[in-house]
Amino acid sequence: MDSVILKTAIRFLLPLLLLASVFLFLRGHNEPGGGFVGGLLASGAIALYAMTHGAAAARQVVRVPPRILIGSGLLFALVSGVAPLFVGRPFLTGLWTTITTEGLGKLHIGTPLLFDLGVYCVVTGVTLVFVFSLLEE
Amino acid sequence: MNAQAVVILPIALPLATMVMLLLSLKSVPAQKLIGVVGSTLLLLSAATLAWLVDRDGILVLQAGNWPAPFGITLVADRLSSIMVLLAGLMVFAVSVYSLASVNDSRVSFGFHPLIQLLLMGVCGAFLTGDLFNLYVWFEVMLIASFVLLTLGGERRQLEGAIKYVTLNLISSAVFLAAIGVIYAATGTLNMADLALKLRSFPDEGTVSVLSMLFLIAFGTKAAVFPLFFWLPASYHTPPVAVSAIFAGLLTKVGVYSLIRAFTLLFVTDLEFTHNLLLLIAGLTMVTGVLGAMAQNEVRRILSFHIVSQIGYMVMGLALFTPLALAGTVFYIIHHIVVKTNLFLIGGVVEQRFRTGRLDRIGGLYRSAPVLATVFFLSAMSLAGIPPLSGFFAKLTLIRGGLEAERYAIVVAALVVSLLTLFSMTKIWNEAFWKPAREDAVTNVSPRRRSRIGRACLYGPTILLASITVGIGVMAGPVMNASMATAEQLLDQNAYINAVLPDGPTGQVPAVSSERTSQ
Repeated sequence: MDSVILKTAIRFLLPLLLLASVFLFLRGHNEPGGGFVGGLLASGAIALYAMTHGAAAARQVVRVPPRILIGSGLLFALVSGVAPLFVGRPFLTGLWTTITTEGLGKLHIGTPLLFDLGVYCVVTGVTLVFVFSLLEE
Repeated sequence: MNAQAVVILPIALPLATMVMLLLSLKSVPAQKLIGVVGSTLLLLSAATLAWLVDRDGILVLQAGNWPAPFGITLVADRLSSIMVLLAGLMVFAVSVYSLASVNDSRVSFGFHPLIQLLLMGVCGAFLTGDLFNLYVWFEVMLIASFVLLTLGGERRQLEGAIKYVTLNLISSAVFLAAIGVIYAATGTLNMADLALKLRSFPDEGTVSVLSMLFLIAFGTKAAVFPLFFWLPASYHTPPVAVSAIFAGLLTKVGVYSLIRAFTLLFVTDLEFTHNLLLLIAGLTMVTGVLGAMAQNEVRRILSFHIVSQIGYMVMGLALFTPLALAGTVFYIIHHIVVKTNLFLIGGVVEQRFRTGRLDRIGGLYRSAPVLATVFFLSAMSLAGIPPLSGFFAKLTLIRGGLEAERYAIVVAALVVSLLTLFSMTKIWNEAFWKPAREDAVTNVSPRRRSRIGRACLYGPTILLASITVGIGVMAGPVMNASMATAEQLLDQNAYINAVLPDGPTGQVPAVSSERTSQ
């Protein structure tokens, strides 16, 4: 796509959109959002970059091959499912813990967040496989 | 970790293997190694599960610690654990076989991760105790099978895949619609809870409609008459390792779901549902075997025989006596082993001659005596010649039929058996007995392959053939296991109590009872 405006704008938009996708991902636990839509937004941002700067440049921006993203996403999901087995709870039971940090206050995190991170990675990976293969046809 | 954690292993292990495979997709040797190791682990975990279920009875796992019927329940009873064990055995045989038969380009395109994904779907479908979850596992399995079917992108593969995908999507749509209706009617999708609610469901018409919707959905997947046409149109096109695992497992997931639905859920109107099933069983047997007689290619003949044998499995379910159901279970055990093996052998034949057409091949009895022996054992077992596994499976079904005084289906089963023998003899005569054509393209003599390559091709076929013989010799223990499975299937209360230890929850919505009283 040969649009100077989009080409210039996407350089500034890309980090913003990626930040927004992380925001959506984290927001998802209690409010609308989550790994799926966060992943979609992230891959949408990278897709825009790929359309303006070419798939090869976009691959460099992502650094990780999409296939690895899919694999590691599934791994995160699997780990979050299997982890409770080691403390004698059924598969996929949510394990929660609270961490006190400087600056951010108390953080309530657990295995569902890890599961969601897995979803985020798989969605981004799958969408990028589509986008890159279509652009490279 | 407790015993219940084992229930999740047949689902979690393929997923873990798939993750490892995805992360090492670029290296063909790593793919092969991880694929085989993963399949071996799955087989071991399935064996452990079967042993635990045999010792402790029905194992139930409430995923996420949400109590049934609110969460997703995984249930391993005898039938489930036997099916998972067979799935593990087949994927082990096929992944060893694939080392020498699937080319490197298919491997680096993701053959092994897809096989693991398929297995995750199959094992999930066998273990779930929730109807919607069953739908999800069906989809997991189907998506993997769509890709496996087209992997390599040959012209005839795509042609077969279009029919396969279309019909399977239609059946999924019917399945989903049925789930919607049953949820609207009863307010639950947990199978044990459903079984309780359907027992006292006031509106018999709704239950009949529901049972027919599920019959169409599962019947299409199981390839029963008249919904089987997608199967012979597609199973001969993909690589042999793929069609072998399809032949062994995919239709059996449909049969398993039929058994689950018509022993647990829809047992209130046996007069209607099970008589219809019996009719379908008879027609499936006969049309399948007649279709096979008209074919002239090894894998096409075998595909039609799958259809015909689905009929036998449905027959036992339709008769609905302990003995007949035990026959069904025995038949499934026998069929999965033998059918997969026949496809694997057909694959070796096709590799030698670059075709499976019977008029182009021959002389294998002389040039490949081991293959001939293995084929002979499996084919005779399929036809039901004593003392092989097929004989005892058919004997049990026919005794079940005689006991229930359903003579028509018994006659059909016997005639179809004879025709199966005819069909198997045809392959034997053409491929093995008659001398090879002089102009036949007898390429790739296995002698030129490496020793390891030959071991990978022949090892699994010899293993499966010896299991066939083993089931025949050890028919007593297998029969006992089948009888125990049948009795457990007919004892719905045991299943319900295992899933819902605190008794039923909620009541049938009042709306539907008002409707009937009007």
